[in-house]
Amino acid sequence: MKASVIVFPGSNCDRDVQVALEKFQIPTTMVWHQETSLPKCDLIVLPGGFSYGDYLRCGSMASKSKVVNEVIKFANNGGYVFGICNGFQILTETGLLPGALLRNYKLKFICKDIFIKTTNNKTPFTNKITEKKILTIPIAHNEGNYFASNEEVNDLKENNQIVFQYCDLKGNVSEQSNPNGSILNIAGIINKKKNVLGMMPHPERVIDQILGGTDGQEIFKSLLQ
Amino acid sequence: MKFEIFVTLKKEVLDPQGKAVEGAIKNLGLNSISNIRQGKYFTLEINEQDHSTALMHAEEACKKLLANLTIEEYQIRKLD
Repeated sequence: MKASVIVFPGSNCDRDVQVALEKFQIPTTMVWHQETSLPKCDLIVLPGGFSYGDYLRCGSMASKSKVVNEVIKFANNGGYVFGICNGFQILTETGLLPGALLRNYKLKFICKDIFIKTTNNKTPFTNKITEKKILTIPIAHNEGNYFASNEEVNDLKENNQIVFQYCDLKGNVSEQSNPNGSILNIAGIINKKKNVLGMMPHPERVIDQILGGTDGQEIFKSLLQ
Repeated sequence: MKFEIFVTLKKEVLDPQGKAVEGAIKNLGLNSISNIRQGKYFTLEINEQDHSTALMHAEEACKKLLANLTIEEYQIRKLD
């Protein structure tokens, strides 16, 4: 397994993801957004941050950058693409994932630990997550309110594409455990082919006890399969 | 040729910013104002002589970047 992390102007979780990947012995190359080709790799990570200052719409400008054309081809050829936070927003803007991320329902930037449950642990990104285990992972976003049309939401359900949902400590998915107003408490989704995952929480921030938690490890371990 | 473009959230998409603005408007005592929706406004120039070609380029800009058709809709108007 080799990985590339795309760096946009305004990315700020790129180095954290690199540290996380390398902790699991995944050699990682950083790729600047103006590159027109990708290094040979199996996984591309679109990191968190504020690409292009979140101008226009979060992720919209990044989704039109040169290297993202290559990322789209890579994904269409079956390569693994993992978008975290701003990376998830970019993936919806490219159309690789359905829906969009709107401003948080209460109009506030939220930076705190939340609980998520894994609704589908049969994906290449989640197969090491113990069934029913509730993960504690931080979120840090202003636009994480997942929206999709009724048709798209039905499609997500039918194809088992909802991967993570916000919940409480006991795993209840409810309005109270929904931090940002996302439809169906959606925290992460995958595409139909199950090779492109986007999620708002930051697993790379909980890969070591010294960072305050290790629940993010299971995602990186899954990728090693 | 000059155009103006309005991008707004679709009716079925909740607009919390519009709601917050509406709350503030009510605080001003302007109780007859309701249903505030917030959007984006662009002006742009297109270097084309033919109106329909220019409009086509404006449409393409809207569909590919200025609006996200999952959540937004747009209106294009020609400016004199």
